[in-house]
Amino acid sequence: MDVARNLPNGMQPALPADVAEELAALEREDASGRAVATASQWKLMWWRFRKHTLAKVSLAVLGFLFLVAIFADAIAPYDPTVTQSNRTYAPPQPIYIIENGRLTWPFALGLKSTIDAESLRRMYVLDHEQRIDMGLFVQGEPYRLLGLFETNTRLFGASNGAQQVSVLGSDRLGRDLFSRMVHATRISLSIGLAAVFVSLLLGVTLGGISGYVGGRVDMVIQRVVEFIDAIPSLPLWMGLSAAIPLTWPPLWVYFAITLVLSLLGWTGMARVVRGRFLAMREEDFVMAARVSGSGERRIIFRHMLPSFVSHIIASLTLTIPGRILGETSLSFLGLGLKEPIISYGVLLQDAQNIRAVATAPWLIVPALVVVVIVIAYNFLGDGLRDAADPYA
Amino acid sequence: MHNVVLHEADSAPNTQHAALLQVEDLKMYFPIRKGLLQRKVGEVKAVDGVSFALRPGETLSLVGESGCGKTTTGRSIVRAYKQPPSAGRILFRGDNGHVADLARLSDAEMKPYRKAVQMVFQDPFASLNPRMTVRDIVGEPLRVNGMAQGRELEARVAELLHRVKLPPEFMSRYPHAFSGGQRQRIGIARALATNPRLVVADEAVSALDVSVQAQILNLMQDLQAELGLTYLFVAHNLSVVRYISDRVAVMYVGRVVELAETSKLFAMPRHPYTEALLANVPRPDPRARRSRIVLQGEVPDPANPPSGCHFHPRCPYAKERCRVEIPVLRELASGHHVACHFAEELTLRGVDTSAVAGASP
Amino acid sequence: MNDLLLEVENLQTHFFLDDGLVKAVDGVHLHIRRGRTLAVVGESGCGKSIMARSLLQIVTPPGKIVGGAIRYHRGPGDVVNLLDYDRKGPEMRAFRGREAAMIFQEPMASLSPVYTIGNQIVESFRLHFKVSKAEARTVAIEMLRKVGIPRPEARFDAYPHQLSGGMRQRAMIAMALICQPNLLIADEPTTALDVTTQAQILELLQKLQAELEMAVVMITHDLGVVAEMADDVAVMYLGQVVEQGSVDDIFYNPQHPYTRGLLASIPRLEGATRARLAAIPGTVPHPYARPGGCPFHTRCRERIINRLDMCKTEAPPLVQVGAEHHARCWLHHNQGVELSSEAVQLASLPLTTTGGH
Repeated sequence: MDVARNLPNGMQPALPADVAEELAALEREDASGRAVATASQWKLMWWRFRKHTLAKVSLAVLGFLFLVAIFADAIAPYDPTVTQSNRTYAPPQPIYIIENGRLTWPFALGLKSTIDAESLRRMYVLDHEQRIDMGLFVQGEPYRLLGLFETNTRLFGASNGAQQVSVLGSDRLGRDLFSRMVHATRISLSIGLAAVFVSLLLGVTLGGISGYVGGRVDMVIQRVVEFIDAIPSLPLWMGLSAAIPLTWPPLWVYFAITLVLSLLGWTGMARVVRGRFLAMREEDFVMAARVSGSGERRIIFRHMLPSFVSHIIASLTLTIPGRILGETSLSFLGLGLKEPIISYGVLLQDAQNIRAVATAPWLIVPALVVVVIVIAYNFLGDGLRDAADPYA
Repeated sequence: MHNVVLHEADSAPNTQHAALLQVEDLKMYFPIRKGLLQRKVGEVKAVDGVSFALRPGETLSLVGESGCGKTTTGRSIVRAYKQPPSAGRILFRGDNGHVADLARLSDAEMKPYRKAVQMVFQDPFASLNPRMTVRDIVGEPLRVNGMAQGRELEARVAELLHRVKLPPEFMSRYPHAFSGGQRQRIGIARALATNPRLVVADEAVSALDVSVQAQILNLMQDLQAELGLTYLFVAHNLSVVRYISDRVAVMYVGRVVELAETSKLFAMPRHPYTEALLANVPRPDPRARRSRIVLQGEVPDPANPPSGCHFHPRCPYAKERCRVEIPVLRELASGHHVACHFAEELTLRGVDTSAVAGASP
Repeated sequence: MNDLLLEVENLQTHFFLDDGLVKAVDGVHLHIRRGRTLAVVGESGCGKSIMARSLLQIVTPPGKIVGGAIRYHRGPGDVVNLLDYDRKGPEMRAFRGREAAMIFQEPMASLSPVYTIGNQIVESFRLHFKVSKAEARTVAIEMLRKVGIPRPEARFDAYPHQLSGGMRQRAMIAMALICQPNLLIADEPTTALDVTTQAQILELLQKLQAELEMAVVMITHDLGVVAEMADDVAVMYLGQVVEQGSVDDIFYNPQHPYTRGLLASIPRLEGATRARLAAIPGTVPHPYARPGGCPFHTRCRERIINRLDMCKTEAPPLVQVGAEHHARCWLHHNQGVELSSEAVQLASLPLTTTGGH
């Protein structure tokens, strides 16, 4: 019989020497490294994510693009909708920082335009006589920053507000392509997020019900998911967006397209959530929570959901590029967003025929940005997926 | 609430006035579903008519090989499954002397009994939510049962950790910072949080290394003495069972085949399966190498068990009767229950304890 | 005595992980003899499985054998160091399967689910012997019969999933032994099995070993299995063999405190009911936080505590404590004993330093 047993309550013996020593060793281990012992899952995930260089770079790239999207009005040097007949298909005006072999204040060159007598097309050459100094926080067209403050300070532009510099050239109607791209970033990134958010709501709800309730309900939802998955998405998207009345205001169209994109996209999410729920239902710690007396709601929201939120985020990230591409393709085909809304798809509509591309090759620059966005999202999603389960 | 009076006459083995838990003809069937419409095509009779009683303060072990239903029995008793048992009664005597049939309680009705009936899990890694701190894990039963909050909860968690010999300062750590043995201590602390009277230990030491296994077994014995706990100890390792249990029930394919006091069961088994189990445990004693009773075949699938006595295809003593007639669990000697038609006629070999009296330190 | 088959000398297998270096096997010496069973026993994380895999050079990156020698005595005067061979080279491939084979805890580790077991056994036979398919089939069926699979002609065409757990284990053994290797490495072969099935497989292994006169290296954590099967025993702790000797030496005359602790902590079928067990305090340290000096000193009940605190600071050498019995412990080292008996004040002792801290 152990002596310790006979001690009255509250007078428990001190920690056995061996246990104390072992725990002290654990303590030292922590001190030398990071505070692993008390690190939450998000911290562990971040440590894992940090090892993924490509994902980190992608995160930075996307972060930058989102900043661009948020401050689009200030970053775009010109109003993206203003047409200028004297700048139709004007080529990019590069910015120079070296003059005569020496570093100098950035400047651009003006354009000289002539009308080609044969084709009646406007031709441009850089005017080496006309030097246009560039500047930061220059005065330009007035706009509302974040839709709130009236201002006319633009991030950069020609120091002299009367002169114009189009760093990426102009389009068919002489609108500044760079400004248009900056605004397109706002629409395309946000439509991707919004569409995925709607998919998330649908997917988590239906997938969660399917996985948690099981049985007949699960069967019905799964059959619906399979049916939707079996429909070729592009024709359906086209059909649905063709049904959007032409008379709708641009904002309504924007939301309608978002809805169209997400109505088909939730099935993947529903599968992920259902699978996680099924796996989680069998977990010992879920059973332990039930035995402890936890109610169903607590089991779902305190034990099951937190266990796969990270997986959901990772797979969401991987579906965003699909939505962005979906919007781009629809708009490219003229079935999605339309002027005056500017998205990358809308911009690429201008690059539809080979003649336009031959005349103004800069019009396909938006496509490159779309590629960068899609790749960045994919790398980021890969990194998140690898970090999603820090306990594996 | 379903309050039932214990009928002493119809109670199965071990008629005891003060039985803390009395399991009567418990059945747990799981449907096998197949096809597009999830039609039920069969049943796994994981537990098929199990009866036993637990006296307050004792340890009863359920032993057997995989698929014998021991784990399902334990989990059914704590109502760990979402579905209730298929049949039978689980009579639990509450603090006030009322007896409730846990098998028939709804989730809401079960809640007050959750405090009294707790469970320790086999896998120390899977049974602790990796995303919760030790404070939240051990404190969860207190919180969801409205027993403590805030400061009070923290103090109680500290006390529980102390009981299982972990320093209370570790309560803000996550499970990944602990070894298997330490995690099992956390699991035990959680089970003890609500001051339970019955603890079902489901293979609580099977996943641990031998040196740590001994620590946890000792701890569980100490806690039992300190807190007056009653254990239902589910295990496959007979050597472990020998150390911790007062009585042992041997299960085979969903049924109890033998139930007796530990020393009696080990020394004089009355069921051929118990004999074979004892003979097949490898002994850590090279000089005691002996001819084994090697059984033919393997444990049958509980979805498709053999007729009559489930053990007859592997039993060296089987006769025609065993193939057709299911043997009932009957009391052969005082407290020694056997489900074998020929228990009286067989002379079976147990473990010779006299030879190695001094060997164990 | 020319029965030496495999001589392992100072084997070191390290894992180069993102979070640091894990010395999974750190200087193991072993003698494996023909026709005998060597049991390697230890708790999880002691490196016994990695050691076994190192013998066949099937450790995969980030694991790597970084030092030592594995001398294979093919015949009288014909000795090769297996570590001289490339792990993917033809010599090593010829060695694996033909001269040495391995079985695992989980049969599906070596059986493919998409081929019949007969097909897989025939394949592994024809890899090393130039015989026709029909001849190989006859040999394979004979082997299936030998491992106790009933109606082997019919089972020849069965897929692994059609067999029960015990039968799969037998099929894996048949595949491992089809070329009649000199050495069988069995990594926890019965851990996942039920007691009654385990007894069948252990008996089968003993029968086959006697028949084929092969050496068996049995990796296990179960001292019961060791006692039943082994002739010689090596006890491992944190990558090192801390004690080795005959099975009788280890069980009846253990010399290392860890071996003693293990033996005392196992529950015995003959033990007293409702008794306490003598547990080893603490747990196996995490491989990143391996203690310096003797790796066991943090849990050792017999640690020498004096001013030098050598158990903590110096790694003990392997000391001979009997005819074929060695223990890696200061308690048995002359210097250690002297140092502990006197209250030593010397600071400059000619001790060889081996371990890092």
